[in-house]
Amino acid sequence: MSQTSQAFVDAHPSAQDNAVTVRGVSKNYGAVEALKNMSLEFPRGQLTSLLGPSGCGKTTLLKIIAGLLKADSGEIIVNGKAVTGPGPNRAFVFQDFALLPWASVLRNVAFGLELRGVAKSEREAKAEKYIKDVGLAGFEHSFPHELSGGMRQRVGLARALSVDAQVLLLDEPFSAVDEQTRRKFQEDLLALVANENKTFIFVTHSIEEAVYVSDQIAILLPRPSRVHEIIRPSNFRAKGIDNIRRDPEYLDIVDEIWASLRNYVE
Amino acid sequence: MKNRSLLLKILSAVLVFGAWEVAGRIPVSYAFPTFLESMSSLLRMTLDGSIFVAYAETLKPLIVGVAISTVLGIGLGLWIGLSEKFEWLFSPIFIVMQAAPLAALIPLLVMAYGIGLTSKVFVVCIMAMPVIVLNTSGAVRNTPESLKEMGRSFMAKDHHVLLKIIIPAASPVIFSGLRLGVSAGFIGAILAELKITPTGVGDIISYSRSIADYPSMYAAIFSIILLAVLFLNLLEKIENILFEGNDRGYVTD
Repeated sequence: MSQTSQAFVDAHPSAQDNAVTVRGVSKNYGAVEALKNMSLEFPRGQLTSLLGPSGCGKTTLLKIIAGLLKADSGEIIVNGKAVTGPGPNRAFVFQDFALLPWASVLRNVAFGLELRGVAKSEREAKAEKYIKDVGLAGFEHSFPHELSGGMRQRVGLARALSVDAQVLLLDEPFSAVDEQTRRKFQEDLLALVANENKTFIFVTHSIEEAVYVSDQIAILLPRPSRVHEIIRPSNFRAKGIDNIRRDPEYLDIVDEIWASLRNYVE
Repeated sequence: MKNRSLLLKILSAVLVFGAWEVAGRIPVSYAFPTFLESMSSLLRMTLDGSIFVAYAETLKPLIVGVAISTVLGIGLGLWIGLSEKFEWLFSPIFIVMQAAPLAALIPLLVMAYGIGLTSKVFVVCIMAMPVIVLNTSGAVRNTPESLKEMGRSFMAKDHHVLLKIIIPAASPVIFSGLRLGVSAGFIGAILAELKITPTGVGDIISYSRSIADYPSMYAAIFSIILLAVLFLNLLEKIENILFEGNDRGYVTD
């Protein structure tokens, strides 16, 4: 991290505390501009959705924040430090689950800790706790092919939680599971955000899902990719999860987002 | 379920051996002995120990050749799968080796390495190695991208990605290459004994044919097939011990 940006962080203890800051990030794939001079802030302890039509670069941005892709220019600041690659302060949940098919649920959940050299008994104890937390107790010794899609993603989530990273990056985590499981996941995610004191960055293409789970929604538009608007739903979040979907503000925001995205969907 | 599959295996063996016995009794050819004649020959060779003497000779090039092919084949396959440059350099050699008619190359090998063990080991390797190398490299290259990405996102070092992700992910295909390679190695070992110098099991086959002792000839052929099947089963057991999660059941046992 350069000294100037450290000075910048020190000199501006901003009103809101950002866990992740994206500053002027650009990324090209050959002649295609995936991201162009993008800047975004992700408040600590909150869930921010990246929402947009396909091709708007939301997964690219998430992978750059994860350190899996290098930005061509600009920088990512996580907890005051510039990102140079994958780090212990971020954990990733994959769209296709990315579970090891030859490993049991227990080993899959403990895999992040295994890669960090944590002793077997310690990492398995930790993994067992998170397996219970995500509601998979009793499946520790099952293999991924024996689980349903929803249960597999719970394994992916437990793996990300077990490494105890402050920032969780979720890449369309619920797009491969059925609608009912998805709703349950969304409710569980709200509880997780409330209880875990972690920062969540959530990529989705579902407008309703984004509005339902997010403290802050960043609408991205493609060609060239840019942040179109940042929406912060304010009122319905405190009214309890059962009332969100019929709250007038919720419905208005969903309509408003669709109105601005409509022209970009082929 | 377990009992039923065992029952089916026994039934299948009875059908094949029964058909053999019937065909031998008709007889379909003067040179085709019955199953029982062949088995009594096998028993005689086992009791007088001549089959063990023969296998001591045959197993030398077979085991050396299969061991070299396994270690070198998997090693080269991993390297070829991981490095594009190495693939351009070595992949064509193995594709040519796999396509070459081996019997036609044997005179060349004999000219270069004589009629001893070296030539026979070469024949086994030429038979066994290409499929092991090509399967391994193909499997390594087809490791799911998202698994490697997952490893990197949880801060895996390069050797972790290789040992904990790429090799286990490739292992089912590597082992299927090994099974094909080992079977080809058995073919190579017998071919070498028939084409280079008649020793071991190859000697029993060609000698009994020349004196019209067909039961002994078929007994030798039967024994080598039996050995190959047992070896493939052993290989599968090893796979299930090393890579527990691969166990979805195969049909070889």
